[in-house]
Amino acid sequence: MSILVLAEHDNAELKDATLAAVTAATQLGGEVHVLVAGHGCAAVADAAAKVAGVAKVLLADDAALAAALPENVAPLAAGLMAGYDAFVAPATSRGKNIAPRVAAALDVAQISEILSVEAPDTFTRPIYAGNAIATVKTSDAKKVITVRGTAFAKAATSGGSASIETVGSATDAGTARFVGAELTKSARPELTAAKIIVSGGRALGSSDKFHEYIDPLADKLGAAVGASRAAVDAGYAPNDYQVGQTGKIVAPELYVAVGISGAIQHLAGMKDSKIIVAINKDEEAPIFQVADVGLVGDLFTLVPELTGKL
Amino acid sequence: MKVLVPVKRVVDYNVKVRVKSDQTGVELANIKMSMNPFDEIAVEEAIRLKEKGIATEVVVVSIGVQQCTETLRTALAMGADRGILVQTDVTTESLAVAKVLARIAADEAPGLIILGKQAIDDDANQTGQMLAGLLGWAQGTFASKLDPQGETVNVTREIDGGLETVALKLPAVVTTDLRLNEPRYASLPNIMKAKSKPIATKTPADYGVDMTPRLTTLKVTEPAKRQAGIKVKSVDELVTKLKEMGAVA
Repeated sequence: MSILVLAEHDNAELKDATLAAVTAATQLGGEVHVLVAGHGCAAVADAAAKVAGVAKVLLADDAALAAALPENVAPLAAGLMAGYDAFVAPATSRGKNIAPRVAAALDVAQISEILSVEAPDTFTRPIYAGNAIATVKTSDAKKVITVRGTAFAKAATSGGSASIETVGSATDAGTARFVGAELTKSARPELTAAKIIVSGGRALGSSDKFHEYIDPLADKLGAAVGASRAAVDAGYAPNDYQVGQTGKIVAPELYVAVGISGAIQHLAGMKDSKIIVAINKDEEAPIFQVADVGLVGDLFTLVPELTGKL
Repeated sequence: MKVLVPVKRVVDYNVKVRVKSDQTGVELANIKMSMNPFDEIAVEEAIRLKEKGIATEVVVVSIGVQQCTETLRTALAMGADRGILVQTDVTTESLAVAKVLARIAADEAPGLIILGKQAIDDDANQTGQMLAGLLGWAQGTFASKLDPQGETVNVTREIDGGLETVALKLPAVVTTDLRLNEPRYASLPNIMKAKSKPIATKTPADYGVDMTPRLTTLKVTEPAKRQAGIKVKSVDELVTKLKEMGAVA
């Protein structure tokens, strides 16, 4: 079997989500190649070539690929798939945007957000917001898969010495145009890559309080900041902070849930964290059912105290 | 411009699903079914476009069992104009659904197709992208804002690092995220009125689409349960515990 992995990157850096996808691809058994599609992204291809387990990097460098528009990336990837048995993408917003379009072009039923590879044609994946795990077997000759990053170990970023091959030029389908992006700027680690996450919930009460209480604790721990959907909907935190089934799925070493009651929606996004700490004034809050360490009390006194004592 | 809105009938989002003891699936007997919440947002957005005079007609489509008619009626009660039921008892997979929708799009020639980014049962997050791919149209997935500008539509998308805006040439496919809008409740008069709105019944064969699933579900199991840990009484105890566990230095 030969497998093509779609690299997640911003034209400058290879993102960690790619590493989990490489691990999943390796488990399929066969030669793993990585497709770096972008513009001015040679450094990404160099980084991908060093990833352990990668045999070859395909570099597609074209202005039409700069913004990773699926209208332009998917036909390129689908064309390359003539030489591959499986297409593996990280289940990031970009991977989710592109992979189904590749699957449709190949007439393949995609298997989304796999949690494990049981056999080269059999995978587990979450359904019903992670309240059930399905084991599915595909009858398609080619496979198109997206990989939940938190479910697979990251492949090492060194040790590989893959060759880099430049692949044919892309064409601009001319149907979509990138207008602009508003990316959240933060000196803190990225949520999905962070080792420690401090998340705030609706109990914070306002955007000001959210920053006043959550940020110092996160900074003390060198943590990323997350939020529950309730806090995001109330406008206390930006949307891309959201941890949960409809937000980001995270699994850090330490997850500190502050003023979060623990709706199923939220638990689905963080229950695979190694250690969960919950601070909440309601001792009946469902978050305590998954927390390794719980502290019942007023977050407005406990959080500053904790920040001071760490 | 006509707007096409595909809607899926799923287990109501308030229902806590239970895995069947024989591991063949989740318990669906006597369970409340509703319109997929993301599709509700899609219906709402289409109706708002009509209220703004941008859309001329809102057509809703559902593919599945006979009871999907109820889902269509809900959309009609919200304000959609007519419905199409593509009736099948086969498990609906995204690829086959996208193929049926592509054929309907060819017949109806909508300017926009708006649908939920994913259904809350299989969580596949594929149909909109596949449909756009089959049609060769532009796609704006995970939309939190939709701004039609004549021959194009600007779509603000929720992406991992924040927001991104793309300009899509019409016709295009848009999939909705949670923050696009808050769907309305249908009023009683509108529910009554919806009963007389037309619903055409078709079958996948009418569109020449083979619905045979490509995937076999071998089993469905409960996720590993996490055990509740301990409660501590003070911040000092918490810090000590975290140090013991090696979670903080």
